[in-house]
Formats: sequence, C-alpha cells, structure tokens
Amino acid sequence: MAKQVHTKGKSSIKRTRFFKHFLTYFFMLFLSLIIIYPLLITVMTAFKNSDVVAFTLSFQGPWTLQNFTDLFKTTLYGKWYWNTLVISLATMVIQVAVVTLAGYTYSRYSFAGKKWSLTFFLVVQMVPTMAALTAFYVLGMLLNGLDHYWFLTLIYIGGGIPMNTWLMKGYFDTVPYDFDESAKLDGAGNFTIFWKIVMPLVKPMIAVQALWAFMGPFGDFMTARYLLREEANLTVAVGLQEFISDPKDQQVALFAAGAILIAVPICALFFYLQKYFVTGLTAGGSKG
Amino acid sequence: MKKNPNKAMSLSIIPGLGQYYNGQKLKAGIFLGAFVIFVIEMIFFGGAALKGLFTLGTVPMRDHSMFLMVKGTLQLLISVIFIMFYVLNLRDGRKVAQEINAGHEVPISFKEMYHSLGTNSFPYLLTMPAYLLMIFTIILPVLVTLFMAFTNYDFDHIPPAQLIDWVGLLNFKNMFFLSTYRATFGAVFSWTLIWTFCATTLQIVLGIFTAVVAHQDFIKFKRVFGIIFLLPWAVPAFVTILSFSNIFNDSAGAINVQVIPFLNKFFFMHLPQINWMTDPLWTKVALIMIQGWLGFPYIYVLVTGILQSISDDLYEAATIDGATALQKFKNITLPAIFSVAAPTFVTQYTFNFNNFSIIYLFNNGGPGDVGGGAGNSDILISWIYKLTTNSTPQYGLASAVTMIISVIVIGVSLLVFKKTNAFKMEG
Repeated sequence: MAKQVHTKGKSSIKRTRFFKHFLTYFFMLFLSLIIIYPLLITVMTAFKNSDVVAFTLSFQGPWTLQNFTDLFKTTLYGKWYWNTLVISLATMVIQVAVVTLAGYTYSRYSFAGKKWSLTFFLVVQMVPTMAALTAFYVLGMLLNGLDHYWFLTLIYIGGGIPMNTWLMKGYFDTVPYDFDESAKLDGAGNFTIFWKIVMPLVKPMIAVQALWAFMGPFGDFMTARYLLREEANLTVAVGLQEFISDPKDQQVALFAAGAILIAVPICALFFYLQKYFVTGLTAGGSKG
Repeated sequence: MKKNPNKAMSLSIIPGLGQYYNGQKLKAGIFLGAFVIFVIEMIFFGGAALKGLFTLGTVPMRDHSMFLMVKGTLQLLISVIFIMFYVLNLRDGRKVAQEINAGHEVPISFKEMYHSLGTNSFPYLLTMPAYLLMIFTIILPVLVTLFMAFTNYDFDHIPPAQLIDWVGLLNFKNMFFLSTYRATFGAVFSWTLIWTFCATTLQIVLGIFTAVVAHQDFIKFKRVFGIIFLLPWAVPAFVTILSFSNIFNDSAGAINVQVIPFLNKFFFMHLPQINWMTDPLWTKVALIMIQGWLGFPYIYVLVTGILQSISDDLYEAATIDGATALQKFKNITLPAIFSVAAPTFVTQYTFNFNNFSIIYLFNNGGPGDVGGGAGNSDILISWIYKLTTNSTPQYGLASAVTMIISVIVIGVSLLVFKKTNAFKMEG
C-alpha cells in the first residue's frame, strides 16, 4: 500500500492515513456486526421461555434451560442426533479410507488406463447426484434400503468420492517423490512407504477430508428428507426443520436450542482443524 | 519359440485360448472362467434383465416397471464392463505374443503370476473400492434417471399397479412446447440463472474485498476478526438458513421488528416493514444476501492464502514506478488471485446453481406459484424436488429437468476447466 506520498504535505498524509484506517476498521466492524447479530439472536433465544414468539435480539430475561431439557424429554431430538452421528462417523471413516487409497494410487503409480479414468473422475464429479432422487428411491425400494442408514450412508460416501479423490491426488502430488525413492533405497516396502513416509505428510488434507465427510450428513437435507420416512429415523437436519415448518406453531426457542447443540461441536471441530485446511485448500486448489 | 501375435489374438475370441497358446496357463484359466461366468449370468439373469429394460414389463402387478429398469440398467453396466474386459483380453493375447517374440520374460507359473499380479494390479486393487462405490451410487442412479426421462413415470403410472412405457422425447417436448410447463420452466430457469449469477458474484466479490482489506499490515486484533469472519462457514449452513428464515419472518422476525425500527429511529429514515416472505422480489433479495453471508468466508480464506504468497517486492517495485493502489490491485493482486482460484470460483457458481438447501429451507421455494407446482423463488433443483414429492408426482418430467441441469453444469465446467487449464493431466 502507498505509504510514502512525497508530493503531499505531512498533515495531508496523516489525514489520508487516518481515513484509510477509519474506513478499514469501519468496514471490518460493520461486517463483524452483520455476522454476529443473527448468530447471537439464535443463541439468546435458546435460553428464553418456550412461549417466546419474536425472533429478535434481546437481553432481557427470564433465562432458562427448559428448552434443552424439553428437547430430549418431549421430542425425538436425541434420537435424531444419534442417527446423524452414526451416519456421519461411518461416512467419514469409509470415505476417507477409500479416497486416501485412490488418491495415493493416482499420485504414485502409473498404470494402463490412468489418464482415461482420471478424466472419468473429473466428469463424474460434476454430475449433480443429489438430483437423481427418484432413482435413489427406487433403488432403495428394490434393495430394501429405504429408512435404513446403510443406504443413506453409501450414497453420502459415493457422492463425495470423485471430487475428494481429485483433491487427495493433488495433495499427494505435493509430497516429493524423492522421499519415496530414498525410503525404497533403505529397504522400505510399499506399505511402509505409504504408512510411515507419505501419510504423515498429508495429515492436513486427511483432516480436511474427514471434517467435510463428517459435516456432510449434518448439512444434507434433500436426500435424507426423501429417503427416511419414519419420524424416529430422521437425521437432525430434517428433524430440526419440523420445529418451525408449521407457520402457525413455530417453536423458535426449541429450534434455537437444537441448533446450538449442533452448531457448537461442529464449530469447535472446524476451528480446531482450521490451520490444517487452510494449507490443504491452497495447496490442493493451486495444484489440482 | 516364436508366437504368431495375430493367431494369439484371434484365438482370444474365446477368452483364455490365446493366453493358453502363449503358454500362460493360469491366466488362461482365469480369463476363461470370467468368460464362462458372464455367459452363465447372461443366460440366467442378464438376458431377461435386458429384455425387461426394453419392454418395462407386460403384466401389471407381476412386473414392476421401475425394478425392471434398474435391473436392466445394472445388466447394461455389467455388459459394458465385460466388453471392456473382452477387448483387453484380445489385446493381451497379441501383446504377450509380441513380447515373447521380442525375447521378454512373461510370467507363466503360478508363483510368477502371483508376483506379477502383486506389482501390476496393485493400483487397480487400491482403486477398486472407489470404483465399486461410484458405480452403485453415481453411475447407476444417473443412468436410471436418464432412462426415466424418456418414460411416462408419473402419478398416473405408479408401479406395480400400472406399467410404465417408453415415450421418447415427450417429457422434453412438453417442457419446451406445452404452454403451462414452458411458462414454468422459463420462469424457474431464468430465476435460477439470475440467482446463480448474483449470489455467487456477491460472495466472491465480498470474499476478495474482505481478504484484501483485512490483509493490511496496520490492523490490530487480526486473529479476532479472522475468527469472526470464519463463523458463517463454521456453523452448519442449514442451521443458519433456518435461523435466517425466522429472522426475516414478516411479523415476528428481527429485521422487521428490530433492525428497521432501529434504522428509522437513529438514522432518521422512514423505511416501511418489508414483506420478506410474501413478496417474491424481497424473498429473492433476501436469498441473495443470505448466500453472500454464507459463502464469502470460503473465498476469504482462499484469497487470504493467496495474498500471503504474493511477494512484497512486486508491490514495492510498483510503488517505485509510481503505481496507484488501484493499479497495483488490478495488475498484481487480481491476476494472482484468479490464476489460483479461478477453478474454485467456477465450482462456486455450479454449487449455487444446485443450491437446494437455501431455497427450500428459507421459504420453501415460495411465495406464490408460477405453475407446475413451482414457487417464485424455486430454482431448477428445488422444482425437481417438488415435482417428485407433491401429491401428483411427475417423475419422468423431473428426470428430464435433472438431465438438463446435468448437461448445463457439466458443459459449463468442462468449458471453463479447459479454458483455465485447471486440473492438468499430469503425473
């Protein structure tokens, strides 16, 4: 930024600098306000009486934890949360394993059909799979997978594979081949090279992949709504919407309490892994 | 001993024979086995499955047209995989014969085969799970959707009570020429384009602007701001969208009850209350603003990473040459950002093109009705959802719309990726 403006006087430099600082801080504070305001409303509402109607920011009590106890006593929220956790964990573990293997293979081995199949990954990745709802439904009927978690989990895993394999391959590519070569000279086998040499270096990307795979089922609405029918089998995203879907009987306080219990752990995970995926993002994005 | 490559290849018309001729007995056995299994599968299941795909059933209640379609599609996939194997087998016969003639060692015994398998097919084994999963959760459903687009699968034809028939291009014809559907498609499609363009551009511009502003050296509490700016990304989107849907509520939401009165009181404005949920225009405005809120942190993080990698020397040299701040931004910062982040920007556009959650959760695609079951703020993907979930579902039509979406998204992405040369085919 232009810090030395020789032609102007000292006071005018000061004035422009003051303006620049003022405008910068003004923008950043204003943006922070816009970000925090809606989130704070939700947080505050969660501790209000359950008969609260207005969804506004107010610091007036009375405060209560009633909404949180109600969630688990009078609704199926606990069950929904558990369902989502099971699906999310399964998706995360399997998807990360599959994608890591495939990404490693595409980065480190050359084999017949490699180029062709990489293009295949790239095109498949663009298909909006979620729009194939009816096909999933019929498939679910045929395989008796409707209302079953394994079916939904498989769909989540499969949908994430093409894009994430690409990202993973891109990240593996950033680990120099020299490491493999020198390990091979030291007598390390394929597995040792993979597990002991390369894996520790791609940990950031694995963390990113794990987080995304884990968050997917928490955020998906369309597929879960369509393939899960029983009230008790819903995921937490679908269930939470039911609290406010009826315009005449919106339970905003209950909704807010449920929202917080989802947002806080995911936020914590997000910020815990943040330093990893900032590097993962730029490295994967630039190399491709 | 010399082998005749052409003879090896023609013997391989029955898989395994060419390999036997080349002296690879174990391989010959495996290939012949695969061939026999496919033939048996074809006789007992495959033939009927392919026929089912063709007829889609003949007797209601006994034949479930959709199940027949899925089974037929699966068989189609199996056949394609077999054909690929078959071609490979022909080539293998020829290639191995040539290698023997050239004096190369080829694995013959079980032990040698095992070893060769271990090194040569290791990559295939490692990628196998990814392929199996993709075939069943992406390829198969997408193919079934493609086929469905050419059938009359709707509320009048629900299997197994009724049969489904192939109707050719009827769904596409209806969409483009039948006045009711054409009007709906036109309205939904144009809003989808406007939505995609405005929402994505807003989040990209806001993201870049924030990153550039927040990157300045003199700023204090950078860490605090960094955390705040990441919050919209960290909180799951559906939670915030549902919260916003409450906040924009016409009668009880914070915008109408709190923000507008506040502005009127302290800034001497005279803003009326706005019908966010019942006025189509304002719903659309709110949706675009919310997506800007939700989407800018991702761009902000990406661009901040890029800004840190630009060398200070460039800026210093530009300053010495007398460049203004704007010139430096235009000629140094922006090109650096776009050279790295262009593919990501494109994926943001395609993401919003299919951003179902925000449209459905904010106002359920409403308000009002533009025909065909679609509301004023419905985009193509949420219209598909409505077409398949309302009381008179139109599965065939919905699949046709799905195909159109896919063609658009794939076309645009391929074009741009080719242009920007992202995803280079290397290594």
